[in-house]
Amino acid sequence: MSKILIVAEHVNDKLNPSTAKCVSCATKISGAEIHIVVFAADAAALAAQAANIAGVAKVITVSHAAHQNALAALIAPQLVELAAGYSHVFGPSTTFGKDLMPRVAALLDAPQASDIMVVESASRFRRPIYAGNAIITVEVAEGTRLVATVRTASFEAAGPASSAAPIEAAHPAAAIPTHTRFVSVSAARSDRPDLQTAAKVVSGGRALGSADKFQILYSLADRMGAAVGASRAAVDAGYAANDMQVGQTGKIIAPELYMAFGISGAIQHLTGIKDARTIVAVNKDPEAPIFEVADFGLVGDLFQLVPEIEQLIASGS
Amino acid sequence: MKRILVSIKRVVDYNVRIRVKPDGTGVITDGVKMSVNPFDEIALEEALRIKEKGLAEEVVAVSIGPADCQQQLRTALAMGADRAVHVQSDASLEPGTAARLLLKVVEREQPMLAILGKQAIDDDCNQTGQMLAALWDRPQATFASKVEVAGDKALVTREVDAGLETLEVDLPAVITTDLRLNEPRYVKLPDIMKAKKKPLDTLDPAALGVAPSERLRAVKYEPTAQRSKGIMVKDAQELVAALRSKGLV
Repeated sequence: MSKILIVAEHVNDKLNPSTAKCVSCATKISGAEIHIVVFAADAAALAAQAANIAGVAKVITVSHAAHQNALAALIAPQLVELAAGYSHVFGPSTTFGKDLMPRVAALLDAPQASDIMVVESASRFRRPIYAGNAIITVEVAEGTRLVATVRTASFEAAGPASSAAPIEAAHPAAAIPTHTRFVSVSAARSDRPDLQTAAKVVSGGRALGSADKFQILYSLADRMGAAVGASRAAVDAGYAANDMQVGQTGKIIAPELYMAFGISGAIQHLTGIKDARTIVAVNKDPEAPIFEVADFGLVGDLFQLVPEIEQLIASGS
Repeated sequence: MKRILVSIKRVVDYNVRIRVKPDGTGVITDGVKMSVNPFDEIALEEALRIKEKGLAEEVVAVSIGPADCQQQLRTALAMGADRAVHVQSDASLEPGTAARLLLKVVEREQPMLAILGKQAIDDDCNQTGQMLAALWDRPQATFASKVEVAGDKALVTREVDAGLETLEVDLPAVITTDLRLNEPRYVKLPDIMKAKKKPLDTLDPAALGVAPSERLRAVKYEPTAQRSKGIMVKDAQELVAALRSKGLV
C-alpha cells in the first residue's frame, strides 16, 4: 500500500494552499495513507491547519529555530530521516518545493518526477515537458520509492476534514548544516490576491511600455478583485516584479479568468496559463498568437480599452 | 586553482516548435536546430564574469551526452570557457545520473563553484543542480538572480515565489541560474576559431564508475491538447457583456 509523506509549505504562519493541492494529488493514488510534515520554528499552529485537510491521516511537526526560513539544505537531511517507510515523498512545484525535493531525492537515492499533473497509478504519472508542448507518461518500477513535485495548477485544493488528524512531534537526529544561511527576503507587499491562487488575473506585457503605465492594470485588477501578472518580456524590461512572471519559468496558474493585455503569447507564456478557465486577450496586433488560445479576443489599443473595461465593470452596464 | 565548473546541456533550440513523433516514442529531433540550454548560457556567462573580476582563475565547461554535445561545448569555449570536459554517453540520462556523473567531474576538478542552469528547457525537470549539491554535501543557491563572491563565501539573491531571497553560502557551493542573472555575451567569429584549439577532454561514464540508470521510465509522449480558438469581440462593451454573462465580472 502507498504511504505518502507531503512536505507542507507555509508563509507567515499560514499554510500555503499548495499543501492542500498536494494532498488532493496524493488522494488520487488509491488507498494511500497520507501524512504531512511541517518544518517551522514553531510548527504547532501550522500543524493544526494541516490536520484539518481532508484525506490527511497524520501530521508530523519538526519545530526547530533553524527552520524559521525553510531552507532546502537545512530541511533535506531531516526530511530524509523522516521519509523512511514512505513509498512517496511529495512537495509542491513552487520555488520552495522545486528547491527542496531534488535534494531530498538525491539523498534518498530515489528518482524524482517533477510537476506531476495526472496520477495514473501509484507508479505511473503524467507530466509536462518542453514548456508544456508535450506530455510525457513516466513510470517507476513497482516498489521503487518516488519523490515528486506536484503541479499545483492541475489539482483543486483538498477540502476541510470532518475531524482533525492526529499531530505528532518528531525530533530527527540528522544534523542541520550551517553552510547555508538566510540573509533576507524582500517580498513585494501587496493587498491584492496571491497570483498563484487568485480566481482572476489581469496580466500585462511589454506593450505597457513602463512600470508607471502598469498602473492602469493595477487599477482594473483592484476593481475586479484580481491579482496582477506579467509576461517575461515585461519583467525583463523592469515594468513588473519578478514574482509576477507567468509562464514556463515563472508561475503556472489556473485562474477562472485570465486577461492578457499587450501580451503576444510566446509558447513559454502560454504554458503558464493553459489551465485558465477563460482567457481574454487584448492586443493591437490581430496576428498575435495569444488570440489562438483566447476565449475572447479584442483587437485594439490597450491604453484606451483598459480604462474603458474598468469603467464598464464599475458602472455595471 | 580557483576554478568554476559550468554544465552545458544540448537541447532543442528555444524557438523550435516541438512535434511529438507519431508513434509516441519521443519528440522529433532529426533536422531540428540544437543549442546550448539557455539557462546554461547564463551559467557560463556568470562564471566568466566572476573570472573577469579576478575572483576565479579557470572556467571549465562540462557536458554529458552523445558525441554531438561537443558542438555545444565548442560554443561554450568560444564564449570564453578555458577548457571543456565531455562525458560521452548515448544512454538516456535522468537527472540523478547526470548529478552522479557531475559529482565525479567535481571530484576531479575541485571547483569553488559549480554553476548550472536551473532547468533544461527540454525535460523541464529542475533537479540536477540540487541533486549535485546533495551528493557533494555542499550548499545550493537555486534560481539565482544575483551572485556576489567574496572570499570563501557567496551572497546569492534568489527568485522565489514571494519575491527575492538572499542566502549566504560557504564555498564550494552549487548555484543554479534564473533568467535575469545576466545577459549572455554573443560569440564573435575569431573566438570560434580560437575555441577550436582549446582543450576538450572526453570521459567515459564507466571509467568514472557511474552506470546510467533510468528508474523513471518514459512510457509515452503525447502532444498537448490545444485550447480551441474562441471568438473575437468588436469592442469593450461586447467583451464585458460576455464576461458578465459567464459571471466572471
